[in-house]
Amino acid sequence: MPGAAVTDELELLNAGGGPPADRGGAGGDWREGPGAFGRERRMYLTGVSVALAAILMFFMALASSYIVRKGTGTDWQPIEMPRILWLNTAVLLASSITVEVARRKLAQVGVGEFRNWWAITTALGTLFLGGQFVAWRVLADQGLFLATNPSSSFFYVLTASHGAHLLIGLFALLYVAIRAGRPVWRRRAIAAEGVAIYWHFLDGLWVFLLLLLNIGR
Amino acid sequence: MTTHAGAVHAHEAPKGFIRKYIFSLDHKVIGKQYICLALFSAFVGMFLSVLMRLRLADPTIKLPFFPEGILPEQYLALVTMHGTIMVFMVLTTAPQSGFGNYFLPIQIGAADMAFPVLNMLSFWTTFLSMVVLMAAFFVTGGAPLGGWTAYTPLSALGEITGPGQGLGMTLWVIAIAIFCGASLMGAINFIATTLDLRARGLSLMRMPLTVWSWFITAGISLLAFGVLLAAGILLLLDRTAATSFFIPGNLVLTDKVIPHKGGSPILWQHLFWFFGHPEVYIAILPGMGVTSHVLSTFSRKPVFGYRAMVFALSSIAFLGFIVWGHHMFVSGMSPYVGLAFSVLTMTIGVPSAIKTFNWLGTLWGGEIRFTTPMLFALGFVSLFVSGGLSGLFLAQTSIDQYLHDTYFVVAHFHLIMGVAAIFGMFTATYFWFPKMFGRMMSESLGKLHFWLSFVGVYAIFMPMHFIGLAGHPRRYADGSGAAFLASMDPVHMFMSVAAFITIAAQFIFLFNLVWSIWKGKKADINPWQATTLEWSIPSPPPHDNFAGHEPTVYRGPYEFSVPGVADDFILQTTPPDKVVKC
Repeated sequence: MPGAAVTDELELLNAGGGPPADRGGAGGDWREGPGAFGRERRMYLTGVSVALAAILMFFMALASSYIVRKGTGTDWQPIEMPRILWLNTAVLLASSITVEVARRKLAQVGVGEFRNWWAITTALGTLFLGGQFVAWRVLADQGLFLATNPSSSFFYVLTASHGAHLLIGLFALLYVAIRAGRPVWRRRAIAAEGVAIYWHFLDGLWVFLLLLLNIGR
Repeated sequence: MTTHAGAVHAHEAPKGFIRKYIFSLDHKVIGKQYICLALFSAFVGMFLSVLMRLRLADPTIKLPFFPEGILPEQYLALVTMHGTIMVFMVLTTAPQSGFGNYFLPIQIGAADMAFPVLNMLSFWTTFLSMVVLMAAFFVTGGAPLGGWTAYTPLSALGEITGPGQGLGMTLWVIAIAIFCGASLMGAINFIATTLDLRARGLSLMRMPLTVWSWFITAGISLLAFGVLLAAGILLLLDRTAATSFFIPGNLVLTDKVIPHKGGSPILWQHLFWFFGHPEVYIAILPGMGVTSHVLSTFSRKPVFGYRAMVFALSSIAFLGFIVWGHHMFVSGMSPYVGLAFSVLTMTIGVPSAIKTFNWLGTLWGGEIRFTTPMLFALGFVSLFVSGGLSGLFLAQTSIDQYLHDTYFVVAHFHLIMGVAAIFGMFTATYFWFPKMFGRMMSESLGKLHFWLSFVGVYAIFMPMHFIGLAGHPRRYADGSGAAFLASMDPVHMFMSVAAFITIAAQFIFLFNLVWSIWKGKKADINPWQATTLEWSIPSPPPHDNFAGHEPTVYRGPYEFSVPGVADDFILQTTPPDKVVKC
């Protein structure tokens, strides 16, 4: 009945049909054949990227709430950002650089160098989280707690949410570090790439939150 | 947590009861687990609605669990839990995570989902969410009473606002937050699987519309649930940590001054409905996918306008994110904002109409086979139109000023979610049961179930529009407070009787389902003579679906009645040289 479909189908019948040219991989179980690694890599990176979209929406909801709450309430009292936040930011940016170096070393040089740079990244990440706790202490010393005023509430909620996601990132870094020490790990490169993407995202997100808290203040 | 058991290399068939049936990594088992969870929740939700209808009929009635009658605030708790359980535990689980989990990998030729461990976690997290939600019934004060929408400040102030608003409400928020996490895990899996695990030859435009609907629904979930999670966390902080995200100043409750200031109750509504509107598309899109699929199969015709159908699904999903304000027309928003939301809401009618006409186009001139799944698919089309049309009324800001919070709204969303989406699930169940269990369900019982349900739901919800138009508010425990409501009692009686009969009919389905698993007639590999990949493997499918090798797809999913071919269908996986010509 639909003319175009008939023509296509007859063409397929005549020409022998078959898959469109862009699907790679040999016949049989693609999990073993050539292209398996590429396909697996794509699968994990899709997973990570898609997860980042969801996390981004979560933070955009919080950011929108921040803007709305600031606009509607009569009790907005801007708080001063603890100075250590700038140091923490520098630490996090540095860790993004080191995680990228680590990832590239894995491809070019080998596991040894990779593990060193990866360990530095993990240390810097831990340092960042420690610095965030210090920032919280600075605020607490000023008498600014979660419920003190809306501005402080959002500071704690935003930094805690980001920190929680960073903690997950730290666990991921540690997992890769421990697993990478073993002799054979087929997915080492994929794991390094995936975790690196997640880490860069958290870095960029932190810069956004910092700007929001400072300019939006 | 091990990560070696990825779909990229076959995990061997598990041994042992726990690994096979409890903590299974097999998408088919997980799909069935979700369906069981949804089935259980549906019967709990129906029971709650029976209690509600009985209470409406006689406010002094004594009932199980309520030996002294149902207080008005307890009625509101029933309303809240009925809505929450049905929307989250039934409509958001079975169509997508239930049938989607089972059939998406098979229909794309994969051995399993991309991340089987994540899949297992997503089910058990959903299960945990259900346990926490149900726990709200059993704690001091009972279940919360703010509706499934949990508007602030009522939901944020705690025990002072009523029984169940203390621990019950907190458990509710925690349950929903857990559910958000579970849904996001599922969404990631669906998207990665669809994008990266398709078999050779299966381009995106050769995917069945069921796969498209699950894929797009996963995209909606991905972007919507994060917002609900954020809202839930802020609400939890307002309730437990004395913050003021949603609680405004100058509140006085029973002579007690509430020490907050400046929070925005409207902010909750915006956050909730930004999630809430896409949520209803999560509930309906899989039903649309399976309807397209089944209408095509039992008309022996390709889906009319396949590309337009894909476009329509995508448009509905996209537009669904920019219409949330139509739930808030009476909140005091600027009329210009109302106009914008109103116009955008009406534009969703366009892709919806495309789909409806394409369904009719699929049927037109076809060789219709009136099997039970076909009947439910036809019922879906009818109910989608009925429920959707009342939405256009509600999309007018002027009319909505009057109709908001009346039974007109209740009728609208029940027809479209509580019936059309449910019919989608019935369609899926009757259609795929032979594949899942290797047996056929009883056609006579199925047809009886269909007719009783189809007539029943129209009998329940059509009159509801009229009492809504007459001004009957929703969420009222009884009509004694306003004299004009007494005149609508006969309509209420009619609807309740219809509801009891329709609910009773669901037990026919339940019996048919359970009995057929063990005693149903043995099914062929392809009893419906359908074309997609699941019908090329044994019933029930082996552990890794395709017995260790990836199938090759040679054509689109709806090659029915192809001229020059002996059969009136061609499986997607039949090589061209094996197609018998006439």
